Amino acid sequence: MTAINQSAAPSTEPMKTERITMVQAINRALDEEMARDPSIILLGEDIGVDGGVFRVTQGLQAKYGNDRVVDTPLTEAGIVGVGIGLAIGGMRPVCEIQFSGFMNYCFEQIQPHASRFRQRTCGSQTVPMVVRAPSGGGIRALEHHSESEEVMYVHTPGLVVLMPSGPRTAYGLLKAALRSPDPVIFFEPKSIYRAIKEDVPIGGGALPIGKAEVAQQGTDVTVVTWGAMLKRTREALADLKDVSVEIVDLLTLNPLDHDAIIASVKKTGRLVVIHEAPRTAGLAGEIYARVCEDAFYHLRAPMTRVCGWDVPFPLLAREAAYLPDKQRIAAAILKVMQD
Amino acid sequence: MNHDTDHPDTHASQPQAAGWTFEIPPRLRFLDEDGRLADGATPPLPDDRVRDLYAHMSRARIFDDRLLKLQRQGRIGTFAPCFGQEACQVGSMAALTSDDWFVPAFREAAAALYRGASMKAILLYAMGFEEGQAVPRGVRDLPVAIPIGSQIAHAVGLAWAMKRKKDKGIAICFFGDGATSEGVTHESINFAAVLRIPTIFFCQNNQWAISTPRRIQTASETIAQKAIAHGIRGIQVDGNDVLAVYAATKEAADIARSTGMSTLIEGITFRRGVHTTADDPRVYRTQEEEDAWVKRDPIDRVRKYLEARGSWSAEDQATLESRVNAETQTAMAEAEAFRDAKPDALLMFDHAYAQMDPYLARQRQEAEDALEGRSVLQTISKRIGKTGSSSVVGELEEAE
Ligand SMILES: Cc1ncc(C[n+]2csc(CCOP(=O)(O)OP(=O)(O)O)c2C)c(N)n1
Ligand SMILES: [Mg+2]
Repeated sequence: MTAINQSAAPSTEPMKTERITMVQAINRALDEEMARDPSIILLGEDIGVDGGVFRVTQGLQAKYGNDRVVDTPLTEAGIVGVGIGLAIGGMRPVCEIQFSGFMNYCFEQIQPHASRFRQRTCGSQTVPMVVRAPSGGGIRALEHHSESEEVMYVHTPGLVVLMPSGPRTAYGLLKAALRSPDPVIFFEPKSIYRAIKEDVPIGGGALPIGKAEVAQQGTDVTVVTWGAMLKRTREALADLKDVSVEIVDLLTLNPLDHDAIIASVKKTGRLVVIHEAPRTAGLAGEIYARVCEDAFYHLRAPMTRVCGWDVPFPLLAREAAYLPDKQRIAAAILKVMQD
Repeated sequence: MNHDTDHPDTHASQPQAAGWTFEIPPRLRFLDEDGRLADGATPPLPDDRVRDLYAHMSRARIFDDRLLKLQRQGRIGTFAPCFGQEACQVGSMAALTSDDWFVPAFREAAAALYRGASMKAILLYAMGFEEGQAVPRGVRDLPVAIPIGSQIAHAVGLAWAMKRKKDKGIAICFFGDGATSEGVTHESINFAAVLRIPTIFFCQNNQWAISTPRRIQTASETIAQKAIAHGIRGIQVDGNDVLAVYAATKEAADIARSTGMSTLIEGITFRRGVHTTADDPRVYRTQEEEDAWVKRDPIDRVRKYLEARGSWSAEDQATLESRVNAETQTAMAEAEAFRDAKPDALLMFDHAYAQMDPYLARQRQEAEDALEGRSVLQTISKRIGKTGSSSVVGELEEAE
């Protein structure tokens, strides 16, 4: 996997790249954007001296000072609420919440305020703020450290919700988030923080918000997925050589790239959606609805989905029985092929 | 015991305990760092009880140490050691009874063991089995609470329920210095104060919240003084002096039982170990700081006290250590036997609701079919995180 295809930097020279992990890619995006835009300020628990519990912000406090990379008191509602004030006041805050499972404490700021300021002031006051949080399972973590809550934020109009699937998209999407006029919830699938290395540009540009990528072209089945499940899907496909699968990697979860989903389903006539979050009222349901509305007569088989089960996320010993695995993904693809 | 009656007009009755002046008294301490009793002080407990507390503290320390080794061997998952905080936990528990509710955060293994939690249960939880959290019915212990501060509200509710039922118990909850920054901490204390719900708020100020030092967590000079604003008692104790912790908690409990007045106890202590097993404190704190607290260790202190009084011998020590080592080994053998007996990987479905609806039952069947008899329990770590390299919880897959 090499060069970025939608780089914002119009240059004839080939982009310089480096093979790095997602942790490094996010760090680089923050670093380059902080150098570009002095209004960017990072706030969060343990992000300064410690460099964040996943080392995502490592080195940034040393470089930009403790007034731009701020170790805050332990209060998620405070971090995001203060962030909203900073944003309205002309700064560009990047709030790190240590784990998405602790965002419930700041939901009271995100839903009533971050998502609504633009609308309630007819656009005169806005919240250009990024809330970053590691999300998802797969790392044998403690309780409350493995959930996928993206749909809570997708179901909150006024927010942009992004989830990269690897180093390159993390870099490009975070750059987009840091230039977005709207509040962005940026979920980082923690199980792939260090699991994938890709060529990531140095001094590269933003990926577009609201655009999915076709991660793999195919003609038989469309698989729509995002985050860490892209890697899982690829692993499943390694054992499914006979089926031509098209993978749509959403990247932006709100606003959804409606056209990309519909176009792919019209092409293949079959749909499998894969997400870690629980099945009921998960994003797969919304994707089904849109396909029913706009591509129903193109379907050649009932749609199917592979999701987390409708139960609270289990402790680590049983985590693999909860998360979609390559066997379940492969079985779903074979099932829509038979139908 | 006048907390048996609800106060109909909570505004009219100033929830003051007799003689309480809403000032923070000097830090309570009986034993200095060498285990010498303060001049003129009378020990709050006879030596045989102190021996018992010492044995409980040592048992927790040995167990904690064993957990750390097991984690490094990949046999259990991430956990938060209680190393250095044994006096806060054992001293406070010794002042309460099994009629009182115990509401932990996530670093209270010493308190839980004192209360009677089994080592096997703690091990099972650390191995990632829900069965480790199956508190026996009737036991007034909550399981660990990881979202910081969240459990404090539950303690107030439990204490309130006991008050409503004219039960003689009170509730104690534990939280850290970091938790004092969360809104729910103050919401809960205020609630207890206004409704006069007898709760002990025990803050283990161990100087650190992961990498964040106490000094940048709050600008208050003490954590105890936050009680004044809430209208409850606030006291500071030397949290590494088990006698002081016992005495402070006993007094707080007596006042709570007789007047409904809550107390915020700030135990000054130190997290001697890692935050959790993948944390690396060398990134954010100095060796000098750690060394300074070695001298103040809560266990050494009480042993010196007992030895000086002729109430503890080298022989007692050897007996204790071999008993606890054997107990720890048996517990791990039992926990691993449980694991090896292949517990149901789909237990998560069975306790989500009182009754499983048909669609959920269908999902359970789908899950079972998908397993096709494969064993997917993750019991042995394949990637034992290098400390400090990746994460404070869990284990990250690393690309080549
Ligand atoms: C709401 C919430 N935010 C963040 C975390 C991550 N976290 C776990 S422990 C911890 C520090 C807690 O510090 P303190 O309250 O002092 O307790 P200690 O760890 O020192 O026992 C943090 C930030 C969490 N568990 N819950
Ligand atoms: Mg602490």
